[in-house]
Amino acid sequence: MADYKHPEVLVSTDWVANNVNNAAVRVVEVDVDTKAYDESHAPGAIGWAWNTQLCDTVRRDIIPKADFELLMASSGIANDTTVVLYGDNNNWFAAWAFWQLKIYGHREVRLMNGGRKKWLAEGRELSKEVPAVTTVGYKASPPDFSIRAYLKQVQDKTSAGQVDLVDVRSGPEFTGEILAPPGLPETCQRGGHIPGARNIPWAQACGEDGAFKSADDLKTLYANAGISGNRPIIAYCRIGERSSHTWFVLTYLLGYSNVTNYDGSWTEWGNLVGAPVEKGAAAAAG
Amino acid sequence: MKAEEYSTRTLDWEGWKVKLTSYRLGDTFHCTADNVEPGAWLARTTGPTREEAEKQALERARQLLSRTRRFPVE
Repeated sequence: MADYKHPEVLVSTDWVANNVNNAAVRVVEVDVDTKAYDESHAPGAIGWAWNTQLCDTVRRDIIPKADFELLMASSGIANDTTVVLYGDNNNWFAAWAFWQLKIYGHREVRLMNGGRKKWLAEGRELSKEVPAVTTVGYKASPPDFSIRAYLKQVQDKTSAGQVDLVDVRSGPEFTGEILAPPGLPETCQRGGHIPGARNIPWAQACGEDGAFKSADDLKTLYANAGISGNRPIIAYCRIGERSSHTWFVLTYLLGYSNVTNYDGSWTEWGNLVGAPVEKGAAAAAG
Repeated sequence: MKAEEYSTRTLDWEGWKVKLTSYRLGDTFHCTADNVEPGAWLARTTGPTREEAEKQALERARQLLSRTRRFPVE
């Protein structure tokens, strides 16, 4: 992991296996399928449900600050606890959690490289036991929305040509052939992508084992699509979780500054009345 | 407890690439079905054998994938 700009944000499965009893560390599994944790998890890990615990459950938004503080406190996470996140779907929602922990200023956050998939494939110890947690005090920082892109910012910056847009959905979602990943609910009225976006599916940042590719490979991947980090970057997908994975890659593994996650993503843009939509493949990188 | 007899395979299913991951935990086989692109979870099932767990996962995946509409792209 030494080639990454900020290797300290990643830990290996080995590291987690050696730190399951470390009182300064809290391991959290965050899954899209919230039954996965119940089936089995890394010993000592607690589970968070992204759809109820990492969202505002009334309006569409991230978790409110007061709820975030309660979540952290009831998870036994103090302000100086090192939080290690991992999950299914190659860490999609673990990255979503990472992004929100950064919004609320938690200092020591890590992703377990390779996620649940790698842990299982390596035949590592699993547990069904939900660990007993002692509630602690937790005080979140005021939200730092400099890592979040809102619709108005996306509209203004794209129309002014001031930003590189990275659409991390699959090719058929990008072109408009399908409105959602195969088998998942359609959440938009129109297919396609935001005009000018480059299509770099999130999975291209990972190898077959779910772990991130090398820094050189990642740099080449994005550079080949015209994304070199010399302009602000906005990543988006369908609901903001895959793009938080790419936000993590661009921000921490490649060290690009001014990268934001547009969590409104295609579910927002593809439902807007009158918004410009491009269909088909992207134009060649300029 | 560990995931034993872990295996993955990819197949064409209802017009889409689907990845099946299966393994044994104790006496029970667990199976997940993901769409290969973009790699999202579709089904999670269990069974006394790998074949039974996979059969259930594929059936659930079939139900979900059959709802996916394809649109012409110019």
